[in-house]
Amino acid sequence: MSTTIPIGPFHPVLEEPEYITLEVDGERVLSADIDLGRNHRGMELLAQEKTYDQDTFLVERICGICSASHSWAASRAVEDVVGCEVPARARYLRTIVHELERLHSHMLWVGLGGHIIGYWTVFMWGWKYREPILDALEMITGNRQHYAWYRPGGVRRDVPDEIWPKVLKILDEFDEKVDLLTGAVLDDPVILGRLKGVGILTKEDAIAYGALGPTARGSGVDIDLRRDEPYGAYAEVDWNVITQDGCDCLAVAVIRLLEMKESVKIVKQCIEKLPGGPIDAGIREVPRGEGIGHIEAPRGETFHFIRSNGTNMPERHKMRAPTYNNIPTFRPRVKGETITDALLCFAIIDPCYSCTERMTVLDPSGRITYGPGELLRLSHEKTEEIRRNS
Amino acid sequence: MASTLSMILYFIVFPGLVFTAVVGLLTTWVDRKVSALVQWRVGPPWYQPFADVLKLLGKEIVIPEGAKRTGFLVAPLAGLAAVALVSTMLWLANMRGAGFVGDLIGVIYLLTIPSLGMIIGASASGNPLSSIGASREMKLILAYELPFVIAIFTAVTKVSPMTLKLDGILEYQAMNGVLLGNLSCIIAFVVAILCAQAKLTYPPFDIPEAETELMDGTHMEYSGAALAVVKVTQAMMLFTLPVFFITIFWGGLQLTGWGILYTIVKYVIIVTIIVLIKNTNPRVRIDQAVRFFWGPVTILAIVGMILAVLGL
Repeated sequence: MSTTIPIGPFHPVLEEPEYITLEVDGERVLSADIDLGRNHRGMELLAQEKTYDQDTFLVERICGICSASHSWAASRAVEDVVGCEVPARARYLRTIVHELERLHSHMLWVGLGGHIIGYWTVFMWGWKYREPILDALEMITGNRQHYAWYRPGGVRRDVPDEIWPKVLKILDEFDEKVDLLTGAVLDDPVILGRLKGVGILTKEDAIAYGALGPTARGSGVDIDLRRDEPYGAYAEVDWNVITQDGCDCLAVAVIRLLEMKESVKIVKQCIEKLPGGPIDAGIREVPRGEGIGHIEAPRGETFHFIRSNGTNMPERHKMRAPTYNNIPTFRPRVKGETITDALLCFAIIDPCYSCTERMTVLDPSGRITYGPGELLRLSHEKTEEIRRNS
Repeated sequence: MASTLSMILYFIVFPGLVFTAVVGLLTTWVDRKVSALVQWRVGPPWYQPFADVLKLLGKEIVIPEGAKRTGFLVAPLAGLAAVALVSTMLWLANMRGAGFVGDLIGVIYLLTIPSLGMIIGASASGNPLSSIGASREMKLILAYELPFVIAIFTAVTKVSPMTLKLDGILEYQAMNGVLLGNLSCIIAFVVAILCAQAKLTYPPFDIPEAETELMDGTHMEYSGAALAVVKVTQAMMLFTLPVFFITIFWGGLQLTGWGILYTIVKYVIIVTIIVLIKNTNPRVRIDQAVRFFWGPVTILAIVGMILAVLGL
């Protein structure tokens, strides 16, 4: 006999309203279903009503945690349309802010992971360790989040050289704390007992579901946009892509911890090698055309597509956050696990639902489910409409 | 008549309900403050637990649709009464040597009632998450009761002549030194502390409540005064269990002169151990908890028992 356990729409484990239903037999999960669509904000339409310069401010607000990723991806999309080269100093500054963002995002997840397995001390400590990184970001960009740092062609402000020693000091201290946390996770038998062998996502499943970022790398899929298609300053500094073959929740958690060490390495090298020169390519006009910009956000690949009609506003601005690809991996992960572990499986991808949601269908009669064919038809109709109007 | 009246006073005011509740709530403040310091937070002021309970008492009790009204509301009261009774028995045994033959068994039995009450209350609430919490609580009781009872009976075995009276155990300790001086009783004490963690549903065994899974599980549907009763019962357990361990293993409560300070120190040490375990462990899964209690903990308890029989 199976029971339905509702998780959400409001639940302590979900930062955003989402509705997940678990079919359980006792404590054993038979299947899971996720119902998205509670965070629709109309970002794509808004983006089409603002200028390219304003868009970078808007897309930052897609996600409070990976705001640098979205604005960088949008800037890259515009640069792709224009076909311009970004000055070296701007590339380095962009990389520094982006990697600092990865640090605070991964540390935030470490805290959340502690919260989910009921380890309150880790939750509080992780978030405390994260604070100095936000301070460093504030020193560099002027903001703790929503940095207003990226613009098509470069960055908005230059940074005086005297702040770098302070940033390096913060990074050194942070590095020690990451070592401490990594040691604590790998040595604590109770944490290992909770994470090891839980929520298996095989390599085949990860590829079939199109998993991204740490979720994929935890299943042994060796993908990282920073290496596979280098942008920013990644090709010019020395760092490693972290992959694990564990396929379980522990593998993903370890990847996040080890990636923090790599990010610290990248930022330090970038600060060391930071070249002088202009910080902006000075884009004056965006010609007709299409462009894509994608970068490796903390959770995986963030993808932005821009179609320009020669005006100062995009005709179409499509965004895709990595959580969109990672959400379906819940299903293979939770099958056969207990309720306790099911929630860990949801949280292990570090979901960011409001970043993901782009479309909501409202129907007074109830819920509508679109099949793949239906969605393809809707997408084609939309494209046709754009073509007609342009 | 007078003795009946004084018994009622003992039960309601001191050392029963009111006294236990006040000290228990103060202990939860210590718990919260120590947890906060461990976690680099500031923590609440000392009156916070009282303010919480007072606020809850003034709130409306919402009874969910589909709940069995009587069972839902009576269950927490049964737990409250049981803990108040245990506290009264322990204090009277310590203060005046009052008791009856087999009162130890009564105490062990009554200490289970709050958990049983939560199972009944949660099952009566008609909420699927609560019912999962109730089933977890059941498994948890099955897991920790066996080592808990073995641990307590290790102490009983050490006492000669063997007695099931709290008073007798205290008398033996007064004559021959505290039981915690023996290897077997140290092992039993460790086992008892671990079981206390589960009895209190504190991490790593807060599985029935599991805030991030079941949204407080067994307590989920309780609100207003009923929730206040649940919270006070938990606070009273946090007071009663250390007192029980002090009575059994650590020479009892001395309530005169410097003995008062010594008693407080013993109490604070036990509470600190419990709070530190709480703050340095994540929540385990229910199957892991059952395996832990039936495996290593029970074996440890049996080893302690064997040592006690051998006279160590």
